[in-house]
Amino acid sequence: MHTTTIIGLEVHVQLQTKTKVFCGCTTAFNPTQPNVQTCPVCLGLPGSLPVLNREAFTLAVKTAMALNCAISPYTKWDRKQYYYPDLPKGYQISQYDLPFSEDGFVELEPLETEVGTGETRRIGIIRAHLEEDAGKNTHDDSGRKADSQVDLNRAGTPLVEIVSQPDLRSPSEARRYLEELKLLLTYLGVSDCNMQEGSLRCDANVNLHIHTDDGHKIPTPIVEVKNLNSFRNVELAIEYEEKRQLEQWKKTGQKIGDVAKETRGFDAARGVTFAQRGKEEASDYRYFPDPDLVPVIVSEEFLEGIRSSLCEFPADRRKRLAAAYQLSTYDASVIVGQGLEFAEYYEEVAKLCGDGKQASNWVTQDVLREMNERNQTIAQFPLRAAVLGNLLGRITSKQITIKSAREVFATLLSETHARQVLSSHQIDQIIAEKGLALVTDTGAIEQAIADVVAKNPKIVADFKGGKQGAIGPLVGQVMKAVKGADPAVVRNLIAEKINSM
Amino acid sequence: MTTCASRMLEKFVAPYDAHVIERLRAADAVLLGKTNMDEFAMGSSTENSAYQITRNPWDLERTPGGSSGGSAAAVSALMAPLSLGSDTGGSIRQPAGLCGVVGMKPTYGRVSRFGLIAYASSLDQIGPFARDVKGAALLLEAIAGHDGRDSTSVPHDVPHYSQTVDHPLEGLKIGYAKEHFAPGLDPEVERSVKDALNIYKKLGATIQEISLPHQKYAVAVYYLVAPSEASSNLARYDGVHYGHRAAQFDSMVDMYSASRGEGFGSEVKRRIMLGTYALSAGYYDAYYLKALKVRRLIRNDFDEAFGEVDIIATPVNPTPAFKIGELVNDPLAMYLSDIYTISANLAGIPGISVPAGFSSGGLPLGLQLLGAPFAEGKLLRAARMFERETDWHTRIPPNMVVTK
Repeated sequence: MHTTTIIGLEVHVQLQTKTKVFCGCTTAFNPTQPNVQTCPVCLGLPGSLPVLNREAFTLAVKTAMALNCAISPYTKWDRKQYYYPDLPKGYQISQYDLPFSEDGFVELEPLETEVGTGETRRIGIIRAHLEEDAGKNTHDDSGRKADSQVDLNRAGTPLVEIVSQPDLRSPSEARRYLEELKLLLTYLGVSDCNMQEGSLRCDANVNLHIHTDDGHKIPTPIVEVKNLNSFRNVELAIEYEEKRQLEQWKKTGQKIGDVAKETRGFDAARGVTFAQRGKEEASDYRYFPDPDLVPVIVSEEFLEGIRSSLCEFPADRRKRLAAAYQLSTYDASVIVGQGLEFAEYYEEVAKLCGDGKQASNWVTQDVLREMNERNQTIAQFPLRAAVLGNLLGRITSKQITIKSAREVFATLLSETHARQVLSSHQIDQIIAEKGLALVTDTGAIEQAIADVVAKNPKIVADFKGGKQGAIGPLVGQVMKAVKGADPAVVRNLIAEKINSM
Repeated sequence: MTTCASRMLEKFVAPYDAHVIERLRAADAVLLGKTNMDEFAMGSSTENSAYQITRNPWDLERTPGGSSGGSAAAVSALMAPLSLGSDTGGSIRQPAGLCGVVGMKPTYGRVSRFGLIAYASSLDQIGPFARDVKGAALLLEAIAGHDGRDSTSVPHDVPHYSQTVDHPLEGLKIGYAKEHFAPGLDPEVERSVKDALNIYKKLGATIQEISLPHQKYAVAVYYLVAPSEASSNLARYDGVHYGHRAAQFDSMVDMYSASRGEGFGSEVKRRIMLGTYALSAGYYDAYYLKALKVRRLIRNDFDEAFGEVDIIATPVNPTPAFKIGELVNDPLAMYLSDIYTISANLAGIPGISVPAGFSSGGLPLGLQLLGAPFAEGKLLRAARMFERETDWHTRIPPNMVVTK
C-alpha cells in the first residue's frame, strides 16, 4: 500500500491599492487605531453605495495575467451573504458564477537537487476573482469574557482569491507553490504578500489517495484547513493531515463522500489540526448579483494597456538570465528568487563588470551574506550596483585580483565607510592606500624573483627535481614584496626563471 | 434622526446627507422636516410605520396610500409645496393618486440613490411630489443628474424640464393597454382614465390600444425581486454596528435574532423571509432567476409599445383610497393596490401620477402616464397638457383653512 497526497490551495491576496475596493478609504495597515479608516460605505451605513476602484480591478487583472488565466470580457459582482460581526453589510461583495478570470497555471521549476532529472511542474489555477475583505474581530482570550471587539479598518480592502486545482502532491510542493506565487505577485507589485499583516492568507484542501496492494485507489474525505498564516504552517498542517487521514482511514474506513467536507484549524504551537464547528447551517450563502454595482465589460484595449505595462515574469527572467549571462539554472533561480530589485541589482552589476558569472558569484554569496548579516534589503544595502559593478570591472580588466577586490569590498562596507554614500572614487582610494593595484611593472617583479630564488636554493632544487608544488612559498614571498602582483603571472615567471638556471 | 419608520433605527442619526439633500441645499431649498412612511418603504398605506398613523387629508378615516404616504399627505394638506418620496413599486405614484397631488418616478438611474436607504436597489428611485406638474418638473430638475457615488446613476445631461413643461406636444400618440382595464378595476377609476383619454383626443392626440402581454406577471415578479433584494439590503440591521440591539440575549446568534426580531415590524419580516426563501439553494433558479427573465419580458413589452406610442395612460390605483385597517390583514389585496405602478419599476421607465377627478365619495382619482426611458421631459409636457384642461389639481381637501 502507498498513498498520494492531493492538495489544492485557496489563497487570498490583498492588493496594494491606495484605497479600498468600493470606497475611498485608505488601505494602510493600522491595527493600533481601530475603525479610523472607515466611511459610510465600508461601515455599511444605511444609504451608502459601493463604487468599483478601477486600480483594484487593474491590479487584479495583472495578477490573473501572471497566473496565465483567461480574462472574461464580461464580469459581475455578487453578494455572498452570511452574518458575522466583522461583516458590516451582512454580505461580502464577491464574484460567484462569472469571475473575472479562470483557467490558468503556475509553473514550478525543478528543485536544485532535481536539476537535470526533475521536470517543471504545472499547477492549474481554477479561477481568480476579486472581492472585498471583511474586518477583524478580537475576542477576549483571558477567560474573563469581556466583549468581543470589531475593527473595520481592513473591511473593504481588495482581495484576489486564487483557487488552485488539486494538483499539488506534497507539503513541500505546496510551500513551493506559495513561494512562487509570492514571488510573482511581489514582482508585479500587485501585493506585498506580507503574511504577518494578513496580506496573504491560505486555506488548504487536503486528502489522500490510498493505493491498496490489490490495485484499488481509495480517496479519503477532503479536509479544509483554514487560516494558515505562514508558509511553514501550511507545510506542517499538511504533513499532519497526511498522517491523521491515513490513521483515520485505517480506523474507520471512511472514504470521500461518506462524510461531509470537514473544516479544521491549525494549532501551530502543538503542530496539530483540530476540528472546527461545522458550518453546515451557514453553508448556503444565497449568492445573487449585487444590484448596486454594474457589470464590468473588459475591452481588448484595456487588457492591452495592462499587458504592455507588465514587467517580465520571474520564470521568464530565470530563463533569460541563464542564457544571457551563462548562469546555471540554480544561480538564476537564486537571483530571481530574491525579488525584483535584487535581480535588477544583479543585472546592473553584470552589465557594468562585463562578467555575468563573476557578478553572480558576488551577489549570491558576498552581497547576500552581508545583507543577511546586516538584516537589510537590497534597497537598503549601502553598496549600490554601480559601485559593485565598478569594483568587479577591475577584476575583469585585470587591475586587481579577486582577493584584493574582496578586501576593497570589506573595507567599503566597514564602519568608517558605510556611513557615507559609497562611490567608485572610494574604490580608487582604498586600492591606493592598500597598494592593491596589480603591478604591471615587470622590472620590480623580476628583481623580487631574483632575490627570492637566490635565498631559497633548497626549494629551487626541489622544483628542478620535479616537485611542481614546491614553488608555492616563493610565489607568496614575491607577492609580499610586490603588492598587487598577479599571482598567476608571478608563478609563471618564477618557473621560467628556475628553468632557465 | 433618520428612522425609515422602523424601531430598528429609532435613535439613528445619519452622519451624512443623501445626494438629493445635497442638491436641495445647494439649490437653497428650505427643508421643513421628514415625513412618515411604511417601514423601510414596504407597504401601500403607510400603516406599516412603527410610529404613527398617517391619514388621507381628503378623508381622515382613510389611508394616504404608501409607502411615501407622509410625503403625499403633506403636499395634499398644504403643509409643504413640494416633497420627496421613493418609488420601488409605486410608492410615489400610488399615494400621489390617492391624495390628489402630482407624483413622479423618474427613469432608473436618473436620480442618484446615494443616501437613500435601500429597499430593493434595482427598483428604487427618488422622485418629486408637487401640487402641479410644474412643481414636479422644478423639483426633478433640482435632484436629477449624475453622481459618481451611485454606480447605477447615468451620466446623461439633465434637460431644463421646468422651461419646456408648458410646451404642448404636437402629434402626441397615447396608448392604453387592454390589460390595464381588467376585472378588479373600480368603475369610477376606469371612467376617469377614459375621460382623460377623451381630453387628449380633443387636444389632437392620437389614442391607440396597445398590448402589454406580460403585465399580468408584474405583481408576482415584483414580489420575488423586491423581497430578494430587501432580504439582503436589510441584513446590515443586525444590532452589531448601529441601530437597535436587544437588551438581553444569550449568544452571538441570539443577539442577531433578538435584535432583528424586536427591531423589525411584521411586513418587513414577511418580505425578508420571502426573499431569503427565493434566494436559497434549490429555489434560486425557480424563483429569483425566473423572475429576472420575466422582468426582461416586461421591459421588452414596453420597448415595443414605445415604438408605437409616446405615452401610455393607465390607472394609478385600482380603487380610491381605502380605509385605515381595511387591508392590513390581507397582504395580497394590499399588494394588488400596486398592480398598475409596479411594472414601471420592473422596466426602469419613468411614470407620473396626476390628479384626474374624484370618486362619488369625494376621493381623489389619479391618472398615470408612462414614458420611454429618460423621456421625463415628454412625460411632464404631456401631463401638463392634461392639467391645463382640468382643475382637479386646484382643489384642496375639505375642512382646510387657507389663509393668505
